[in-house]
Amino acid sequence: MSKANLLDRRQVVSTLLANRKDVVAIGGLGASTNDMCAAGDHARNFYLWGGMGGAAMIGLGMALAQPKLPVLVITGDGEMLMGMGSLATIGLQKPSNLSIVVLDNEAYGETGGQTSHTSAAADLVGVARACGIGDARAISTMAEVEAFAKAVHDVSAGPRFANVKIDSASLDRILPVRDGTYIVNRIRGDLGFQPI
Amino acid sequence: MHARADAADTAPNWPDDIFATLQRFDVRQVPYVPDAGHSKLIQRVLASSTMRGIPLTTEEEGVALLAGAWTGGQRGVLLMQSSGVGNCINMLSLIPILRFPFLTLVTMRGEWGEFNPWQVPMGSTTQGVFELSGVQVLRASNAAEVPAVLEAAAAQAYNALTPTAVLLSQRLIGAKVFTK
Repeated sequence: MSKANLLDRRQVVSTLLANRKDVVAIGGLGASTNDMCAAGDHARNFYLWGGMGGAAMIGLGMALAQPKLPVLVITGDGEMLMGMGSLATIGLQKPSNLSIVVLDNEAYGETGGQTSHTSAAADLVGVARACGIGDARAISTMAEVEAFAKAVHDVSAGPRFANVKIDSASLDRILPVRDGTYIVNRIRGDLGFQPI
Repeated sequence: MHARADAADTAPNWPDDIFATLQRFDVRQVPYVPDAGHSKLIQRVLASSTMRGIPLTTEEEGVALLAGAWTGGQRGVLLMQSSGVGNCINMLSLIPILRFPFLTLVTMRGEWGEFNPWQVPMGSTTQGVFELSGVQVLRASNAAEVPAVLEAAAAQAYNALTPTAVLLSQRLIGAKVFTK
């Protein structure tokens, strides 16, 4: 895999969320969820601190429940590899309001930087496309990130998938809230749902 | 021994009872990994205008899906067979952490006249796995008790946020028969 044009993960995520409007964003376990917090805490941020492999499926459940809202999953290559079957499930359901971005540093950054399968063999864009997600892009420039950020708001043309090659720099941890019940109920409240 | 073929011949009504209960509780998303014992219920779900049947590649996907569905305002139920319960274990940790209503209906293998020894280990530990993971277990062993068990399970799952699994016993669904 090419090592050229590696992007800065925080810049990618802050660009994706800069004009988020009504987007519900789900951050996969690991640095992705921290990146989302670094871009600015928000009532519609779903931070995951566990459930590795589940980010895309949480996105699918949300996207099917709220078909008019753009739903954006931001996760890492390791987290996506663990839930790779969910790309087949999403490819079958074809939720037009769901977008998935993989921040691909080709490594398990949280556990010591061990190389992941994307470093040498696995092509997640190819997997997504082969699972029926027609709009599947390999992104290597900020211009492409900006174009994808705009596309997220088109809730009639998804699902879409982007794999963004990022550098493997280990950044200062910016930790989001980790009370799961608070996170869920804050989103539900912002969407207008009452507590049970 | 009740053969599954016999159960199909007599067209059991308990899947219709389950469907009616789920409909009454406004269940909207129905993720599933297929099982013969769930086939009639899955057909009803896929033909429904209010429920969405969502085939999964592995059962843990369904746990995460239900978390997202609830955050977006919808209730769901996960359909699987007992061997799939083991596939869910780590993802079950989302349930107490996020505190969303969790109901799963599990068709049992590895008990009551089981033919296939490979089903027995997971079938024998299904209830224990749920209980260790904080999911309460109810069981229906015959068609007559299905409506009451489903009503109780749905009520405590959706009204009291009590994570609940209903084990639909192999005695109810009929042991699978292999013929040469």
